Amino acid sequence: MIADILFFMFASILLAGSLGVVLSKNPMYSVLFLVLSFFNAAGLFLLIGAEFLGLLLMMVYVGAIAVMFLFVLMTVDMTQQDDDGKRSPLFVTLVLVTGGVLLFEIIISILAGVASNTRLSEFVATQSDVQNIVQLGQVLFTNYVYPFIAVSMILLVGMVGAIVLTHRKREGALKQDISEQIGRTREESIEIVTPSLGKGIS
Amino acid sequence: MLEEYFPVLIFLIIGTGISLLFTAIPFIVAERKPDSEKLSPYECGFEAFDTARKRFDVRFYLVAILFIIFDLEVAFLFPWAMAFGDIGLFGFWSMMVFLLVLTVGFIYEWKKGALEWE
Repeated sequence: MIADILFFMFASILLAGSLGVVLSKNPMYSVLFLVLSFFNAAGLFLLIGAEFLGLLLMMVYVGAIAVMFLFVLMTVDMTQQDDDGKRSPLFVTLVLVTGGVLLFEIIISILAGVASNTRLSEFVATQSDVQNIVQLGQVLFTNYVYPFIAVSMILLVGMVGAIVLTHRKREGALKQDISEQIGRTREESIEIVTPSLGKGIS
Repeated sequence: MLEEYFPVLIFLIIGTGISLLFTAIPFIVAERKPDSEKLSPYECGFEAFDTARKRFDVRFYLVAILFIIFDLEVAFLFPWAMAFGDIGLFGFWSMMVFLLVLTVGFIYEWKKGALEWE
C-alpha cells in the first residue's frame, strides 16, 4: 500500500523533474531538475528491490555526473542567452528523429511487457534471500565478463580522450621538479662577491 | 527489505515538512518592505566589475571526469567484494584485468600531468 503510494509519488516527481529539465530556460535550473529526477529514479530502484543500483544512482549520477554537468555549464559562456527561438531545419529534424526513436523504443518495451503478461510486482529484483548486490556480483564477473572488460576499455577511452582534449601544458606556471630542485649545486646557485667600497655591486 | 527503509522515509517526510514550513512561514508572518536599495551593493562596497557568469577553466571538467571514472571503478568493486566467495578464481582475475586496464589509464594521466593543478 505504502509502496504503491511511493511509486506514484516517485514516478510523478520524476516526470515533473524531467519536464523541468527540458523546459527551463536557465541551464543551471535544468541540471538541478536533473538531480531531482536522479533522486526519484533512485527511489524507484529502491522500490523494486534493487537497492544497490538505487544507491549507486545517487552516488555516481548525483555525486559525480551532475557535478560534471555543472562544471561543463560553467565552462560555457552563459552571458549570451538571447534565444530568438529560431532553430535550423537540420536541428529540428535531428531532435524529431532522436525523440521518435526513443518514443518507439519505449512503446516497444511497453508492448513487450504487456505481451509477456508480466505484472509490475513481478519486477521485484530480490525474490530470494540473496542480496541484490551479491546477485549482481555473481553474474557480472563470470557470465558477463566480456561486457565488463569492455566497460573498462570504454572508461579508458573516456579518460584518455578527456586528457587529450582538455589538458595542455601551461607556460610560466611554477611546478615542482624534484630532481632538478635537489640536483642544483652550490657553484651554479650562488656567487660570492666582495664589493669594493663606494661602488656597490654591478 | 523495504521495511528497513522506513526510517529513511520518515526522515524524508519530516525533512520535507520542516523545510517547506520554514519556507512558507516568512511569506505569512514576516514584514515585507521591498526597496531597491536593499538589493544594491553596500555603501562601503563597490559596483561589480564583471558578471558572475564568467567562464570557468576547463580543468574543472577534467578533474570531474577523472573523478567519475574512478568513482565507477570503485562502484564495480562493491559487488565484486560482496560476491567474492561465489565467483571463484575466474571472477577474481576478471576484476584484475579490469583494474589493470584502468591502471594503464591512471599511469597515463599521472605521467601526462593531468592530476597536477599548477
